[in-house]
Amino acid sequence: MSTVTVEASHLTRIYGGREAVSDVSFNLSKGEVLGFLGPNGAGKSTTMKMITGNLAPSAGSIKICGIDMIENPKEAKALIGYLPETPPLYRELTVDEYLAVAARLHGVKGTQVKKSIERAKERCGLTEMSKRLIENLSKGYQQRVGIAQAIIHNPMVVILDEPTVGLDPIQIRDIRALIKELGGEHSVILSTHILPEVEMVCDHVQIIHLGKLVFSGGIDVLKQQRRGNKLLVGLNNPPASEALLAIEGVIAVEQVSPGLLRVRYNEGQSPAEVLVQAAVSNGWGLHQINHDQTSLEDVFVQLTYQEAAEQAS
Amino acid sequence: MIFNIVRKELKSLFSSPMGWVILALLQFVFGTFFLIGVDQYFQTMSGAMRPEQRIGITAFVGQNVFGIASFVMLFAVPLLSMRLISEERRQQTLTFLFSAPLSITEIVIGKFLGLVGFLSIVIVFMAAMVSSMNLWTNVDFGYILSNVVGLWLLVASFSALGIYVSSLTHQPVVAGIITFVALFALLILDHFLAGDPTSTMAYLSLMRHFEPFSRGLMDTKDFAYFILFIITFLTLTIRRLDADRLRG
Repeated sequence: MSTVTVEASHLTRIYGGREAVSDVSFNLSKGEVLGFLGPNGAGKSTTMKMITGNLAPSAGSIKICGIDMIENPKEAKALIGYLPETPPLYRELTVDEYLAVAARLHGVKGTQVKKSIERAKERCGLTEMSKRLIENLSKGYQQRVGIAQAIIHNPMVVILDEPTVGLDPIQIRDIRALIKELGGEHSVILSTHILPEVEMVCDHVQIIHLGKLVFSGGIDVLKQQRRGNKLLVGLNNPPASEALLAIEGVIAVEQVSPGLLRVRYNEGQSPAEVLVQAAVSNGWGLHQINHDQTSLEDVFVQLTYQEAAEQAS
Repeated sequence: MIFNIVRKELKSLFSSPMGWVILALLQFVFGTFFLIGVDQYFQTMSGAMRPEQRIGITAFVGQNVFGIASFVMLFAVPLLSMRLISEERRQQTLTFLFSAPLSITEIVIGKFLGLVGFLSIVIVFMAAMVSSMNLWTNVDFGYILSNVVGLWLLVASFSALGIYVSSLTHQPVVAGIITFVALFALLILDHFLAGDPTSTMAYLSLMRHFEPFSRGLMDTKDFAYFILFIITFLTLTIRRLDADRLRG
């Protein structure tokens, strides 16, 4: 029995001759949280709309738990919970009424409706807001109602487009915890701009740029890229570069600022220990040594603009 | 599923003052005409010597109330139907309906029945009002039934046209204006071509097919006309929404 919940193959969407999404394929299994990153206008929301059946792809197919979205849209949609960029809220209804509508339309049985509303409200922290009109809620609470309607029918696949936008830090923490919890039994696809969020919550990451997937892999691969092969060394009496290059494994030395050197080394051959020993015995005045981590933003920029640079050259 | 959408539409209508206000105003208008009709009956009938001029109270009052009803609905239906789809577009809630396990047919029919259901309340009250005269006299129920059925079909047709126009735009007011103008144009055309009963335009006119009902005649060809009208516009609406999904 396959546990693949989302299977997107060669998704393409063309808007007036321009390919907004170009040959995107990925698989998602049960219990995985997928982070969808990309610059603005890259095609994240378009891809999500195609996965949820709101937009027909120009080419390619989507299968949710083996059910084709184009052949059997009703069955496929029953397995999905979707929160689009703007939460689709009926402002004239109260929270309870709206969630009741959401539950019924998503196929929750009549007797279970009340229970599932209570559960969704509990998970999203909406229990005090039951009788309030949605238009009277703050943006953060409206966002929470949006998340509640996406999970109310306990779907196999939850797709969230920028779920933590507009929330205060405490709420953001709660929602991230909720997403991690959801990831346990269901599959979650999460699109966001907040890179640390991706690191915290996701197992897999995909970066999309100009409609194409430029990176697709586990979060540890991305973290690896962050680590890189660099050491940041702070020396009070730095020696000539030759002395450092003489150490086994060191490829290059560059000065970041007076007294601060970036030492690049071969994959796996961290010269940290040798460096420390050399620094002590030669009196280089070592006061700082640590991994030089590229920030995730840099990795992101690197991956998305690598393409642009390659195309330009 | 369709029932759930009907439920949601009615809930939405009654959550804001709009539903209640429109119901109240319509009832006020019809009630006034009913009163005027009853009031004038004896005045008019006492002056009528010849037998042809003597019509029963049901027909007299009925003419007053149901006669004005079709005209009033011309104004009321666009106001209610304009928000059916264009409001959802404007508030970005159409995604909610499209992501749910619903076919577009179910969505459109659900919204249509929601609006017709609301308007049925008005019609039921009207019928009850005219039938209340039965406490003092013999009311011609056949006449009332025929009028009610005719009005119901007319209102359903107005709604079908309204929901189609609503699906064309994302601004409710534009939809309302276009619906009103379209319905008005249909009515005016009918007047202009009244002199030539054999013209094709007259055959397509809504009022032409409503008129027998108001006289008490329920003809299957008129039923067929209304049903076809409704099906045509609902199908066009479904296709329009589907095109949105395809074109984005």
